[in-house]
Amino acid sequence: MTYIPHSPKERDAMLAAIGVNYLEDLFKDIPAKHRYPKLDLPPALTEMEAAAELGELASGNENVQSDLVSFLGAGAYHHYIPAAVDHILRRGEFYTAYTPYQPEISQGTLQGIFEYQSLICALTGMEVSNASHYDGATAVAEAANMAYAQFRGKRSRVVISPTVHPQYRATMRTYIQGMGMELAGDDPNANLDAGPEALESLIDDNTALVIVQYPDFFGRVYDFAKLIEIAHARGALVCMTVNPTALGLLKTPGEMGADIVVGEGQPLGIPLSFGGPYLGFFTTRKQYIHKMAGRLVGETVDNRGQRAFVLTLTAREQHIKRERAISNICSNEGLMALAAALYLSLLGQTGLRQVAELCYHKAHYAAEQISKIKGFSLCFDAPFFHEFSVCCPRPVAELNDHLLEHGILGGYDLGQDYPALKDHMLVTVTEMNTRAEIDALVEILAEADHD
Amino acid sequence: MNIPTNLKYTKTDEWFDPATGAMGLSDYAQGQLSDIVFVEIVVSTGETVAPGKPIASVESVKAAAETYASVGGKVVAVNEDLSGNPEILNTDPYVKGWMVKVEGAQASGLMDAAAYTKYCEERVH
Amino acid sequence: MTEPTIYELSSPGRTGVTFPVPDVPLAKLPQNLLRKELPLPELAEVDVVRHYIALSKYNYSVDDGLYPLGSCTMKYNPKINEDTARLPGFAYTHPLQPVETVQGNLALMFTLQEWLKEISGFAALTLQPAAGAHGELTGVLIMRAYHRDRGDPKRVRMLIPDSAHGTNPASSAMSNLEVVQIPSDARGNLDLVALKAACDDATVGLMLTNPNTLGLFDEHLEQVIKIVHDCGGLVYGDGANLNALLGILRPADVGFDVMHFNLHKTFSTPHGGGGPGSGPVGVSEKLADFLPAPLVGIIEEGSDEEPPLFGFVTPKKSIGRVKAFHGHFGMMVRTYTYISMHGPDGLRKIAEYAVLNANYVKARLKGVYTVPFDRICMHEFVVEGQWAEAPGIRALDVAKRLMDYDFHPPTNYFPLIVHEALMIEPTETENKRTLDAFADALLKIADEAKTTPSLLHEAPHKTPFGRMDEVKAARELVLCCWLPEDYGD
Repeated sequence: MTYIPHSPKERDAMLAAIGVNYLEDLFKDIPAKHRYPKLDLPPALTEMEAAAELGELASGNENVQSDLVSFLGAGAYHHYIPAAVDHILRRGEFYTAYTPYQPEISQGTLQGIFEYQSLICALTGMEVSNASHYDGATAVAEAANMAYAQFRGKRSRVVISPTVHPQYRATMRTYIQGMGMELAGDDPNANLDAGPEALESLIDDNTALVIVQYPDFFGRVYDFAKLIEIAHARGALVCMTVNPTALGLLKTPGEMGADIVVGEGQPLGIPLSFGGPYLGFFTTRKQYIHKMAGRLVGETVDNRGQRAFVLTLTAREQHIKRERAISNICSNEGLMALAAALYLSLLGQTGLRQVAELCYHKAHYAAEQISKIKGFSLCFDAPFFHEFSVCCPRPVAELNDHLLEHGILGGYDLGQDYPALKDHMLVTVTEMNTRAEIDALVEILAEADHD
Repeated sequence: MNIPTNLKYTKTDEWFDPATGAMGLSDYAQGQLSDIVFVEIVVSTGETVAPGKPIASVESVKAAAETYASVGGKVVAVNEDLSGNPEILNTDPYVKGWMVKVEGAQASGLMDAAAYTKYCEERVH
Repeated sequence: MTEPTIYELSSPGRTGVTFPVPDVPLAKLPQNLLRKELPLPELAEVDVVRHYIALSKYNYSVDDGLYPLGSCTMKYNPKINEDTARLPGFAYTHPLQPVETVQGNLALMFTLQEWLKEISGFAALTLQPAAGAHGELTGVLIMRAYHRDRGDPKRVRMLIPDSAHGTNPASSAMSNLEVVQIPSDARGNLDLVALKAACDDATVGLMLTNPNTLGLFDEHLEQVIKIVHDCGGLVYGDGANLNALLGILRPADVGFDVMHFNLHKTFSTPHGGGGPGSGPVGVSEKLADFLPAPLVGIIEEGSDEEPPLFGFVTPKKSIGRVKAFHGHFGMMVRTYTYISMHGPDGLRKIAEYAVLNANYVKARLKGVYTVPFDRICMHEFVVEGQWAEAPGIRALDVAKRLMDYDFHPPTNYFPLIVHEALMIEPTETENKRTLDAFADALLKIADEAKTTPSLLHEAPHKTPFGRMDEVKAARELVLCCWLPEDYGD
């Protein structure tokens, strides 16, 4: 089945208007020996058959809604998404529209992004937000790109905490391989017990940017105000990559003095969807706006005197500045930004604070219970939000196999990324986890110890 | 089009004032760019610039351009007012809109006002 | 008739959703780490829904009508795709689950890798890049890594045609490569003389969009590729215009070394008002080892009774990861659905009818609109939105006036090499009746341009909003409806 609406009669009339006889006549420029390859693909399905086939594939997974109870996070989080979010996202007016280059007929998208920018600024305590990046990892990489441009290449060191998400650090390494930047601090063998002060000695006069995560990859929460002060004294900028749910409760990065605040927006109403599409949010201070990549929506008036919104400062971007643009970004995560705006609007300050507190209390309950099991202990003393690292008496993979047999998706195996954290599990608890589920986790972990 | 006769011009639409060592963007260039919303001077006082080296990056509502040094020399002053008031480049490109001043410059290979006027007219048609 | 902002609709004490009270003992909050205020708006669910429905009505979308943006391939987005992507089995799987629990996802990704390889002819493929430009960056980093691996790090120049999308030079610059622009010739092909002159032992490669942004298939494509290969360079294909080639030509068969796909153009995943896209990258055999990690592979062969076990594999000389997790999986589900419903014959029909539609509209406009490169075009074509008899009328005016006829305007002022360009891509999903109405509107506008130009200058008239003051937006910079206390300090 295809979505081509032409009747044979219409097709023939159109060919005649063009002045050719056959569709094949339109493809004479294609090198003849390669024209019309035989594609080895399965024959076409009807919609009914396709729906069945995709249903079959989907049922080949165990999902965290109906099959598994999840204590897995590590950068992607299972939260409740209010029903209204997807109802609005499914409006064809939103999801089948293009980038709002024609503002007269795109005010829905434009005002939606303007409100998204406002909500993200409110959440982070920052002054300006762009219309989004691909995800948290690429937003971090783009922050380095931005800082490099801000110093016009004269500072080339980026200091990154080893407690930034391992996949974000990996993405950063990929992004900077072409540029003349040096990465410091990207060492999984560093002392992971240390707080922000461990980075101080790495910040020098050549440092463009210092990058930290809040809460960090192990779930810990630190106040970075002092580190930021030190970085500023050495002329460097500071980027914090943050969990937006945590900001329902915790001190804002804006308050701590961060210059760039980015993060993964998936917890804000976006389904896990096996890793994407997600949402990279990106904010900064007004003085750096011209070095921030990505689209921006600004308020203006139309020629009828109505308040309206347009894409603004577009000359920064690749379609005008080409090789002199700071980034090549074009498509962003528009619809996911709308999802985040919907989520934040529906929850409001009361709802988001409630979710953040639920995550906090449930995680602390889980941590306390797990730490009571013989052989298990919490690895770090620092305050944490909704994730915590557990030192286990057996390999995490074994424990997770055992949990899986009981329908529980266990935590992240930190030994994969940090040699010193062999047999350490990163456990995540959100508002989705009931006390009974936490108790079951604890019970099965305790059992596993006896096996 | 305003093309003062006391200045010298480049093919990339910068002007140079041999009397003061100032340089900037021509009236023709600002007209082509239209409403300028951002200017960043990319050289600092004390730096030596070579002719043709970028001295500023300019963005308008619809376009972006680099401004190149019209002559070489040592930068002795940078116009700090431009970053906060980029529209000066539209309203007063030759006086308040100067970008940097250099000393020890040799104004060789530049067009005089008559030649530059002709050069601009050719491009308009 | 403007809609208030979400903050203007807020009233203290309301919320759109509440959550259960905690079922665990309350832990002590870290008082020194708490935020002072949380300035989010306060609305009931009905307020939020009505607000966004009101906003949605200000948008024009593919579901409203023809959206002929050149090089954007705004085809109809099948509704079934939206349903399959939201199946709980897909939507509620975590990217870090053990592979044994996500064999359905991995089978889908593996099959999609195979299908896209078959469609394009490439030997290996990554689904990880998030968008077309992200795919470009991936491809350019692969090209760079390949030359360096061969011990040839002096290659630092990327050749890019003057008709290229801005992302091509920007992606090259992000990889620290120097960009050399290659002009087009009088027939809209790449200028072979200029290309030859630019190719040397410092050439990384050529980034070529083919058909190009004029909608033309390069008549010397094989020669172009040979010239670049002869100097040791690689040829990158910008897959933005792949819709014209489905089932017609496999880019790898003619010698492209690397190409990104735009699932959100060619394979009908929705544009979402600016994203998310998805930009898989296919490469030839010699570049396969450099693909981003990880890829989906078979980690245990199957048998007659047992399916294979799918998992993640890392190419030997991988450039690394280009984002977190595995790419835009939701877009992969939509693409899988779309390809499975078309099959090989259906894919060829897509290209055939996309090209038919573009040539038909061009034929209807010819004579009234100047067609600067008047050849059989592929899926799109470019005309000039200006007439000697209509002084002062520009392509922008034609574009704005089209809105009064209920059509989205074509891309304007691109490609940069055509004056007052209007770049029209109807796509295959539009019927003759729609195309005729569109052509009729454009012909009428050409007439208006000469007789009543004010209609164009002041257009649009019938839309809810008129032309915008873009200078005010850029100079006053109001980017946020909520102002932090220290805003502007």
